[in-house]
Amino acid sequence: MDDRTEEVTLGKAPVIEPGHTFATVTDKISAIVLTRPTSVGWLFGFGVAFLVTMMMLYAIGYLFVRGVGIWGVNVPVGWGFAIVNFVWWIGIGHAGTLISAILLLLRQSWRNSINRFAEAMTLFAVACAGLFPVLHLGRPWLAYWLFPYPNTMKYWPQFRSPLVWDVFAVSTYFTISLMFWFIGLIPDLATLRDRSGNRAAQIIYGILAMGWRGSARHWARYETAYLLLAGLATPLVLSVHTVVSFDFAISIVPGWHTTIFPPYFVAGAIYSGFAMVLVLAIPIRKFYGLEDFITERHLQNSAKVMLATGLIVAYGYAIEAFMGWYSGNRYDAFLLWNRLHGPYHFWYWMLLVCNIGIPQVLWIRKLRSSPFWLFLISMDILVGMWLERFVIVVVSLHRDFLNSSWGMYYPTRWDWMTYIGTIGMFLALMFLFLRILPAISIFEMRTLLPQAEVKPE
Amino acid sequence: MKRLAIYGMMAEFDTTSDLVAAARRTHEAGYRKIDAYSPFPVEGLADEIGFRKNAVPLIVLIGGVLGAISGYLLQYWISAVSYPINVGGRPYNSWPAFIVVTFETTILFAGLAAVLGMLALNGLPMPYHPVFNVPRFAFATRDRFFLIIFSSDPKYDAATTRTFLESLGPRSISEVPS
Repeated sequence: MDDRTEEVTLGKAPVIEPGHTFATVTDKISAIVLTRPTSVGWLFGFGVAFLVTMMMLYAIGYLFVRGVGIWGVNVPVGWGFAIVNFVWWIGIGHAGTLISAILLLLRQSWRNSINRFAEAMTLFAVACAGLFPVLHLGRPWLAYWLFPYPNTMKYWPQFRSPLVWDVFAVSTYFTISLMFWFIGLIPDLATLRDRSGNRAAQIIYGILAMGWRGSARHWARYETAYLLLAGLATPLVLSVHTVVSFDFAISIVPGWHTTIFPPYFVAGAIYSGFAMVLVLAIPIRKFYGLEDFITERHLQNSAKVMLATGLIVAYGYAIEAFMGWYSGNRYDAFLLWNRLHGPYHFWYWMLLVCNIGIPQVLWIRKLRSSPFWLFLISMDILVGMWLERFVIVVVSLHRDFLNSSWGMYYPTRWDWMTYIGTIGMFLALMFLFLRILPAISIFEMRTLLPQAEVKPE
Repeated sequence: MKRLAIYGMMAEFDTTSDLVAAARRTHEAGYRKIDAYSPFPVEGLADEIGFRKNAVPLIVLIGGVLGAISGYLLQYWISAVSYPINVGGRPYNSWPAFIVVTFETTILFAGLAAVLGMLALNGLPMPYHPVFNVPRFAFATRDRFFLIIFSSDPKYDAATTRTFLESLGPRSISEVPS
């Protein structure tokens, strides 16, 4: 028995409840898509999310007509909500890749039941994130100018700019995440093709499954490709938020120009990402009765990851504050004072409460294993991480070197509609995903069963 | 090439261990054109059916190297040849600034090579395949394990191959029409 099965069968809280067979795992997960009727709750949830998405499209449509002047951005705060939301969404996406790639390389088999929807979450979060810089361009219909392509203007992107690095980092991240997710889906799409009784569904799943038949040769190449993709995605995910942090760190604005940014952005990304995983997983396991597959163990482990990354984030804040004092640089010192006592001080203190204060209750095992409390704490972390980006972007920009150029930033209703609208779009996509694709990786769940072991003759 | 009327003989098993043992004995019995099907990757199964040469890592390596070279050359050519911009006399080929994009294109090309290479070597997409003609094969993506001996194998003979497969103790045996 290798350590994998040992963990499954002898561990404290199992990753999969005992008594399941290949058939029950397959049927239970595929039934959510194939046989379960569309519930009123799903229709209601999707309907609300869809309406919110429509609100976002309205806000974007108006933006196309009137331009970015409808937003609250202006000199000196030129980045505002667009960049706050961009960084927030990209960060949320990181947990999906962490779960699917890094935990795969570390042979954490508990990841198998949450990696599929965490990867979907990554894709949808990156899709929401990608909207913001494009909308912020001023002329969003010319977004393709960001890519190097031969053009009649004979002009090319400036590759020494972190903003161009960001284009490459985010588009590569989205492409690799999409492929990773789709490759993982192929065997399960074949299962749906073979299990479905509906001709149209058979054809659609059949096309998507590309004729997968589970041949041993195919599996061998598949596993190699999957492992290599995980190996490639691991440095990629760490690099994406590093590059996002370069957008700030390469500049000379006080509060941005610091070397702690890359590691602390990555930790913050994973922090908020796991919070979003729990915000999604807790209702999903409840409404679809998946407590057998997403067990207390998953909740506990995610909580521990949040606790650890939260402490790294806290260290980042501490170092920022320390450097403000220790560097002797008057602008850095002023930034610290401005955060603590300036016009936005309430939000800085809220950030400390949400991101550092409240999550410390995760040290208590009882709260760590309670879905209800974990849900609330995760929501709190999502709010806190949004505030962190708000403080970094807005508070740093609104008062920099010259007090003649100081100003305030007030988001408009269009800022809020776009931001809340992307949350609606994210949820609408999640609802659709739950309904038409298996939310838990069926074939990887089969490998977790003790029966999957080959017994020596 | 003449198309054979029978594609092969297929045996169905209940457990992973049975399938791996059966694959080993089939290979030992001298059958070479064989394949095994399982609803999830089974450790060591590919070895038992005689699959050794996995070209995926090499393809990924080539993809990564191509990605690194083309990413760097793209930036070099743009920044130093096609559209040079003099910023305070700094060198046009400012390589430290090109590392990030070079890294991204390396990952992108290697990842594309992994996925497309794996699909191409597996011959996918292939919507039709003779094994799908066996009705019970629908369970190959649920909880059953299959072993097939292709009729193109020199040792293949409808009667003796069936007797051999029966000796492996399968749950069922079916002839696969092509």
